[in-house]
Amino acid sequence: MKTLAQHISEISPARAFRPVAVFVPWVVCVLLALAVHFVSPLLVNEYWESVLQRMGVFIVAAVSLNIVNGFTGQFSMGHAGFMAIGGYIGAGVTYYGSLILHGSVGDPNFAVQGTLLMLAGLVAGACTAAGAGYLVGLPSLRLRGDYLAIVTLGFGEIIRVLLELTPKQVSDAAAVKASPIVSFFGFNGATGFAGTPAYANLFWIWLFVAITCVIAYRMKTSSSGRAFLSIREDEIAARAMGVDLTKYKVRAFVLAAFFGGVAGALYSHTGVNPSPTDAGFQRSFDIIIMVVLGGLGSVSGSVLAAMILVLMPELLRDLQQYRLVLYALLLIVMMLVRPKGLFGVKEIWDLSRGDRKQPVGKGGTP
Amino acid sequence: MLEVRDLSVSYGAIRALHGVSLRVERGEIVTLIGSNGAGKTTTLRAISGLVKAQAGTIAYEGQSIAKLAAHEIVKLGMSHAPEGRGIFPLMTVEENLELGAYIRHDHSEIAKDREMALTLFPRVRERLKQVAGTLSGGEQQMVAIARALMARPKLLLLDEPSLGLAPQIVQTIFKIIRDINQRGTTILLVEQNAHMALQIAHRAYVLETGAIAMEGDAKELAKSDEVRKAYLGVA
Ligand SMILES: Nc1ncnc2c1ncn2[C@@H]1O[C@H](COP(=O)(O)OP(=O)(O)OP(=O)(O)O)[C@@H](O)[C@H]1O
Ligand SMILES: [Mg+2]
Repeated sequence: MKTLAQHISEISPARAFRPVAVFVPWVVCVLLALAVHFVSPLLVNEYWESVLQRMGVFIVAAVSLNIVNGFTGQFSMGHAGFMAIGGYIGAGVTYYGSLILHGSVGDPNFAVQGTLLMLAGLVAGACTAAGAGYLVGLPSLRLRGDYLAIVTLGFGEIIRVLLELTPKQVSDAAAVKASPIVSFFGFNGATGFAGTPAYANLFWIWLFVAITCVIAYRMKTSSSGRAFLSIREDEIAARAMGVDLTKYKVRAFVLAAFFGGVAGALYSHTGVNPSPTDAGFQRSFDIIIMVVLGGLGSVSGSVLAAMILVLMPELLRDLQQYRLVLYALLLIVMMLVRPKGLFGVKEIWDLSRGDRKQPVGKGGTP
Repeated sequence: MLEVRDLSVSYGAIRALHGVSLRVERGEIVTLIGSNGAGKTTTLRAISGLVKAQAGTIAYEGQSIAKLAAHEIVKLGMSHAPEGRGIFPLMTVEENLELGAYIRHDHSEIAKDREMALTLFPRVRERLKQVAGTLSGGEQQMVAIARALMARPKLLLLDEPSLGLAPQIVQTIFKIIRDINQRGTTILLVEQNAHMALQIAHRAYVLETGAIAMEGDAKELAKSDEVRKAYLGVA
């Protein structure tokens, strides 16, 4: 006979609460964000600070897309759509929220409340994006490869067109107070939504960079992360192991969309006006390139690739019109040299370990 | 333990199985033999929930499982080593084994089963850290079986474990299958290699174009003229 304690330890033996393992990563996240926030102004000028902000936003975007395209091997081409949802909703909450609560937008005396509004908008935007991720994730259960790519591409374009149809922005506080819900969707059509204060400073952006990376990396290394990667390698075998395909595919879409929404909401608070083209395929491709270049499934790869791809156009700025040609050439060379991306499915710190021989070529079963 | 009745499965317009009935008793090795395209893989997939049956019943330990999803069936103690090995090629052998125990959380018991599997397959133990896609075909097959054992199945479904292996390795694999059975696991074995399969099985079914053509004691079937001509290559 087993004792009750044995039964309980069998039910959840790994759930033992280890405070160090639980809290330390988050403390590190905050410290990193503080470090970036306070150190970079000493080293670089305002222009490069804005580059660092954009870099952070795209790291969040690339790492989150990697959850779908890298971890589970589904091919989503609509990530910009989720970013745009987060971006518009986040900006809307801050802008119209400020008008309602304070009567004006961007007043320095309202900065603390404004920042709180931004965080509320970020959560709202991310949750809405996650909801959209759920809807887009459902067809992924029936569609593979190219077909799923087309569906997700279509999703991004639908969001773009819907945003173009939105009514004019309302800037009069009294009008907003009179009909807040109707005004909220005044996203200003094709012109783009202007005037959101830049509350997303380096601290907030890099805090979310750190949080996103920790969550993505934990997902990858947890037992459910194994489940994600197994789906990517062999769906039938994964199901035969007892992996619930439906649950994991949809979960991947929802999580990726959530953090895509976070990235978009942060971006629209950096002084960049969200516009409908943000939801289009151009932006989605930019993020896909980061994920592929970094290595499908590699969190650190996505981080590094996003850094490189945000920095490269800046560093090549002096070359003017040759810039894009050189950018494309560099991409081609990188893919030729490292066809599986920078790190493949591994992480940067796995590279020195030689005990994992990689299969030659694509490495499939015969 | 397992009772399949009038099982029919179609892939779109293609009718792969029409009315297959079979039964597996606790402790047995039952083999299902038949030529290419007869529907052996389809039968196993329907049993483990990887494809949906159009008609028929599947009862496992007295419970109807025809409507259950694959991951729910695994939890009932049925484990399927799919055709063509179906290992995870980019993961290490060790990670493959861990995924075999994906549905379990009893860590100390998992460690025991892992030890047992590695005792059965010493070759797998030597390769734990190697990426599974770089193993030889025979080694991959061993990983696939070892991985299926990690679920601690009561019923193990094996789909052509001898596929593409050298005769010597086939001998080893079949010996291990018998060992696994003697340790208490019931086995439903799908095979092309009728000769070997009939040697280790207690009972056998012959599947022809989606229906059971013959069934009976494995040794008896091995002696019957039809089976000798069609599946054992004896004139
Ligand atoms: N996914 C599928 N889509 C369409 N038809 C299929 C599919 N899988 C199997 N079939 C068809 O169903 C029939 C039975 O196939 P099955 O794989 O069960 O045969 P098998 O007995 O396992 O053969 P083998 O010994 O060659 O593995 C075949 O005619 C096959 O072409
Ligand atoms: Mg088959």
